[in-house]
Amino acid sequence: MGEMEQLRKEAESLKDEITAARKAVQDLTLQDHVAGTAVVGRVQLKTRKTLRGHLSKIYAVHWGDSKLCVSASQDGKLIVWDSYTTNKVHAIPLKSSWVMTCAYAPSGNMVACGGLDNMCSIYNLKGKDGNVKVMRELAAHTGYLSCCRFLNDNEIITSSGDCTCVLWDIETGSQKTVFAGHLGDCMSLGVAPDFNTFISGACDFTAKLWDIRDGQCRQTFGGHESDINAIGFFPNGNAVITGSDDASCKLYDLRSDQELITYQDSGIMCGVTSLAPSFSGRLILAGYDDFNCNIWDSLKAERVGVLSGHDNRVSCIGVTPDGMACCTGSWDSFLKIWN
Amino acid sequence: MTINTLSQDGVQRQQMPCLTKMERMIISMQDPDMGIKLRNQRLLITVIPHKCSISDEEALHVGQLFVKYGYIYPLKEPRNLILKADDSSYRFQTPYYWMSTRWPASELDYAIYLAKKNIRKQGELIEYEKECYNALHKRINHTWDFVVMQAREQLRASKQRRKGDRIVLECQEQAYWLVNRPPVSPEHYKLTTLTKNTIIEHNRISLARNRVKSSICLESYVKYCEQYQPHDPIMQGCLPSNPWITDDIMFWNMNSETVALPTKLRVERWSFSFMELLNDQMGRKEFLTYLEKEFSAENLCFWQACEDVRHGETAKIPEKVDEVYKQFLAPGASRWVNIDSKTMEKTLEGLKRPHRFVLDDAQMHIYFLMKKDSYPRYLKSELYKNLLARAIVPQETKKSVFPFMRRQRHSSPSPALATQTAEDDGKAKYSNSNSGTASRL
Repeated sequence: MGEMEQLRKEAESLKDEITAARKAVQDLTLQDHVAGTAVVGRVQLKTRKTLRGHLSKIYAVHWGDSKLCVSASQDGKLIVWDSYTTNKVHAIPLKSSWVMTCAYAPSGNMVACGGLDNMCSIYNLKGKDGNVKVMRELAAHTGYLSCCRFLNDNEIITSSGDCTCVLWDIETGSQKTVFAGHLGDCMSLGVAPDFNTFISGACDFTAKLWDIRDGQCRQTFGGHESDINAIGFFPNGNAVITGSDDASCKLYDLRSDQELITYQDSGIMCGVTSLAPSFSGRLILAGYDDFNCNIWDSLKAERVGVLSGHDNRVSCIGVTPDGMACCTGSWDSFLKIWN
Repeated sequence: MTINTLSQDGVQRQQMPCLTKMERMIISMQDPDMGIKLRNQRLLITVIPHKCSISDEEALHVGQLFVKYGYIYPLKEPRNLILKADDSSYRFQTPYYWMSTRWPASELDYAIYLAKKNIRKQGELIEYEKECYNALHKRINHTWDFVVMQAREQLRASKQRRKGDRIVLECQEQAYWLVNRPPVSPEHYKLTTLTKNTIIEHNRISLARNRVKSSICLESYVKYCEQYQPHDPIMQGCLPSNPWITDDIMFWNMNSETVALPTKLRVERWSFSFMELLNDQMGRKEFLTYLEKEFSAENLCFWQACEDVRHGETAKIPEKVDEVYKQFLAPGASRWVNIDSKTMEKTLEGLKRPHRFVLDDAQMHIYFLMKKDSYPRYLKSELYKNLLARAIVPQETKKSVFPFMRRQRHSSPSPALATQTAEDDGKAKYSNSNSGTASRL
């Protein structure tokens, strides 16, 4: 036990030194720095389309390109929408209706989903006979699947309630790398624009940056006071934005290895469920438990807009790859496209 | 969101709804008319009332949960917190000790309990209890007199009770602390030591990392946002018009992969960073044309081949890598790329056992070569400048004045929603922006 005490003390002292090193590079506050930046002004987005068709709570939505998106709902369906015409391109029935996440491959050939069945199911959209069939079922997690993202048509990364993230080879259905290190359920993940690293947010209140090639955790970011539900990269790939149950979003810079900006407001007391940066990164759209989405000016850390229109919690949000529109999915079973 | 296992730091807030459900069940189980039959337990000559046994298999799992969270405790082997489907005896825990009422179990209370046990059994604490006792002694040393005094007082008061009551109270308290301060096994210690070592290693590496000043980082964000603002349709709108607002898809047509003449914004973006140029199909083609003039096109082809290996099918990797070697790396190859000798040696070594990332170092080298040398020259070249000059700046299309002439778009109507769609039609014709609320701060 004496040894444990010693180890604990050593870990603590290192942590303190790291905090000091981080403080040492904090030479300017955000307020001073962005004093000269132009103000954004009020941002008003209106609902352009409402996608109706799900019969139950929508848990996840992911854009494939500027028009196609896939959404997952606990009525046991995965629907691929042409959101511009509001047509349903595919309605895929799922084996397990307890789905919590979905993803669209960048090539547009596949979609994936998973949830309480602990598996990630991959569906091929461009099958020979036009039917959408299960291509692979990736099973090895011992906890629920909270998020999945394609790297390409052969690799997918999943995060799970068993506190690990895994890189899979879709062709063989095997685990290529296991990223272990979180002390709580991994709730979400985001892939870097250069596909060399990815970030994960977990219920141990930290976010970790992982190197895809060697499976190592490169950086850990703390500071949140509750579970991190949503995570995303800033478009230039140098920062990570997280949203948490403690009602705040934070921006962590990878190069200075610390939290630079916090987005919070004394009037907001409910958790953040999802977030997405706009194309330039100037705006951050975050969905909250109080049925609204707030739009934050990412540099000035001020609220510049609200998207209200849902009758229940906003569970997922996504911005199209070309930055044209954003889609919100809610527990009221509707998806709304805003612009 | 999920039920977490009991942690040393106390029960998570999220467990409350589950606990309330369990408690309601427990209360109804103890109902004298509808609940479980309770019998008297004979402990030598003392008769202790209210014991029951659980043998119904269907209830086994629920029962396990009850035991795990301390609502029922076993009598024979108190340290073994499991429910056995036989005749072994259990007792219901008093509501005073329920998790929902008494958490977080305070250090002071635990110290008093251990002190009591220490005094009563004259130092016969179990290993882990001894450790906890010593640790607590150090931590709350300032109130230790109070702890010992309380312990003595409680022992004295309990001596005045009937023996039956005293045994019950002792069992209840013991069960409570077994649930809230579970024993730590040696394996657990080993695991924790291992975890602590990994954490220390991770922290050491983290400490040694190079940290950039926050002012520089913030500056880079400001610059990035400024640079990309004209390209952000939500911030600044887009030309000719936003398809979502005007139902006119010309924007997408003009920016598709295979258009004859690109838009000015698109060509400008290629100058932001090398990755922007490479990520755009058309940009890559233009760059290739330029490189061909400079007789260094093999660099880009090599880079593309490496990308294909990295993101392609696993089964095809060996043959692809072989192709790359023949075309680009072998001495005397038709499109030999200029890599420094060290990287070349390393790559050739790796080729013996090809895997997805075997060409990474060589690819990086060529990437930086192009980025530092060919890319800046391309941006200054006539080819690029000409394209920029010829690039289109689309005319803004005016919004149609008569809204009811817009083509309506409907999803294939489901019979159930037939009536609702008709209503929506009517609404949409008169205003196209009522379905979302404008922002209110």
